[in-house]
Amino acid sequence: MSDLLSVTQLTMEFGGLTAVNEFSLELRPGELVGLIGPNGAGKTTAFNMITGNLVPTRGKILLAGRLINGQKPHRITAQGIARTFQNIRLFTDLTVLENVLVSFHFRVRSSFLSAVFGLPRYRREARTALETCRLLLAEMGLGHLAGEKAGSLPYGQQRRLEIARALATRPKLILLDEPAAGMNPAETESLMELIIKIRREYGLTVLLIEHDMTFVMGICERLKVLDYGHTIAEGTPQEIQNNERVIQAYLGERHRA
Amino acid sequence: MEGGRLRNQLLTLASVGILFALLYLASRYLSDYQVRILNNGAIFITLAVSYNLINGITGQFSLEPNAFVAIGAYTSALLTLSPAEKEISFIIEPIIWPLSVIQVSFVWSLVAAGIVTAFLGFLMGFPVFRVRGDYLAIVTLGFGEVVRSVANNLQRVTNGPLGLKALHNYTNLWWAWGFAVIAIFFIVRLVASSYGLAMKAVREDEVAAEAMGINAFRTKLLAFTTSAFFEGVAGGLLAHLITTISPTLFTFFLTFNLLIIIVAGGLGSTTGSVIAALLFAFGGEWLRVVEEPMSIGSLQIPGIPGMRMVVFSIALILLMIFARHGIMGRREFSWDWLLERSPVSRVFRGGGK
Repeated sequence: MSDLLSVTQLTMEFGGLTAVNEFSLELRPGELVGLIGPNGAGKTTAFNMITGNLVPTRGKILLAGRLINGQKPHRITAQGIARTFQNIRLFTDLTVLENVLVSFHFRVRSSFLSAVFGLPRYRREARTALETCRLLLAEMGLGHLAGEKAGSLPYGQQRRLEIARALATRPKLILLDEPAAGMNPAETESLMELIIKIRREYGLTVLLIEHDMTFVMGICERLKVLDYGHTIAEGTPQEIQNNERVIQAYLGERHRA
Repeated sequence: MEGGRLRNQLLTLASVGILFALLYLASRYLSDYQVRILNNGAIFITLAVSYNLINGITGQFSLEPNAFVAIGAYTSALLTLSPAEKEISFIIEPIIWPLSVIQVSFVWSLVAAGIVTAFLGFLMGFPVFRVRGDYLAIVTLGFGEVVRSVANNLQRVTNGPLGLKALHNYTNLWWAWGFAVIAIFFIVRLVASSYGLAMKAVREDEVAAEAMGINAFRTKLLAFTTSAFFEGVAGGLLAHLITTISPTLFTFFLTFNLLIIIVAGGLGSTTGSVIAALLFAFGGEWLRVVEEPMSIGSLQIPGIPGMRMVVFSIALILLMIFARHGIMGRREFSWDWLLERSPVSRVFRGGGK
């Protein structure tokens, strides 16, 4: 029961299609695990079940020993799972600072009336949130952009902001859905450093989906490979690299030739 | 920073003071007709600002204000009429018991209008926010029709199609504008708070907002209920301004006008809603000119009733072509913005720092 996240035999069926079949996963606190597989393998579906965006057909999801499947996404976030999205989903018309501030709202204890009338308790909460956000943005290297509209940032920084926003919910576990997608090698490099840094500083457990093999092999301690909804392999990056089934299913025939 | 905030608060207070001084002058020197337009303007401001909270800020395209205004108007009217007056009005079927004997002062009837409407809005929020987008619009539109239909048929409460007549004209400049100022204050502060930020996050991307721990349903419900409260009170004010209410007053046309106002002002901008509400209330009257008989040279044009709606529509079309985001877009008025652009800015900045 010392696992932070324990997923057992999670299955998602859409009509006759089984997107994810009996997916199991254990994450110990502080681990950095990668979920890989070809397009359409069910990786994002697995994420969506863990974060509550999809209700699994069968199976169990335990977060620190507590059953969380079927709960609303905002409830799951409040219990310590944050995420980023495959296609960036920032609040594009809000500023960078506001994007991060949104993540503090669920902790606000003052009522909306005390917010409207600016009562001391609300003002204290608002001030703390603002200070924490500014610190976080500075740490993520986005401090100088606080007043910019999120939608106007360059792509790499939008990805960074998404991670900052997820961190602001103060998660125990963070799920990153293709964080390096569309990045150039230099950006990928700095993203790797960032992930390692935030994991250390915030004591995070990280689960990520990624197609960039240098990235995955470079930072993940353990990998899990999905294909057509089935888990076909599991192990350290080295083990996965030499696994016949993975090479067949994922890396394709070309690599054998 | 703190000095700037104090300065802005003082400026706001001063402008409210100036507004009421102007209203005092208006109440003394303007004709009844002009005062009435001013009252209308204030009520439209209240309605537009609160409708914008749900449609513009929270991004939930809904079409129910006519229902909320109707509920507020009936609640308030039934409470200010005296038992004797109600007995005379309800000629077909007598009014039901508790309402037949209750009479409260105008201010309490407005409070009741707000609370009853907010409560019904709250209850209505549970079914309607199960859907979103176009479906939400249709469901809320349906709700508006249901309320109108109930008003038509629940004779022992609403007096049916006959409506309620001979209400006292309690609504004056002070009530109408005083309440508009309260509504603007409340909604501006709400939008600027963490709760307002949550509403905007839901508008921008509901899935992402939920993933950041925001309870989207509760956020929408808060916007909706707040909106209902202010629209209900505005309904009470409207009833005691026009002094006669009947179900035909609260058709979809009312909602449609408000929708035009908030879109023209800029969806999501409270400032825009205020400006557009004023333009709508005053513009509608100014445009009466085009309905009068005119002579251009030797050409005699007889007055064409309805001509002002044509001009009005053309103005809207032009707005949608050339300024699709409305007058303000999503921008808001702020003192900092104004002072930066005014010639006296240096004086203020010198004093502020």
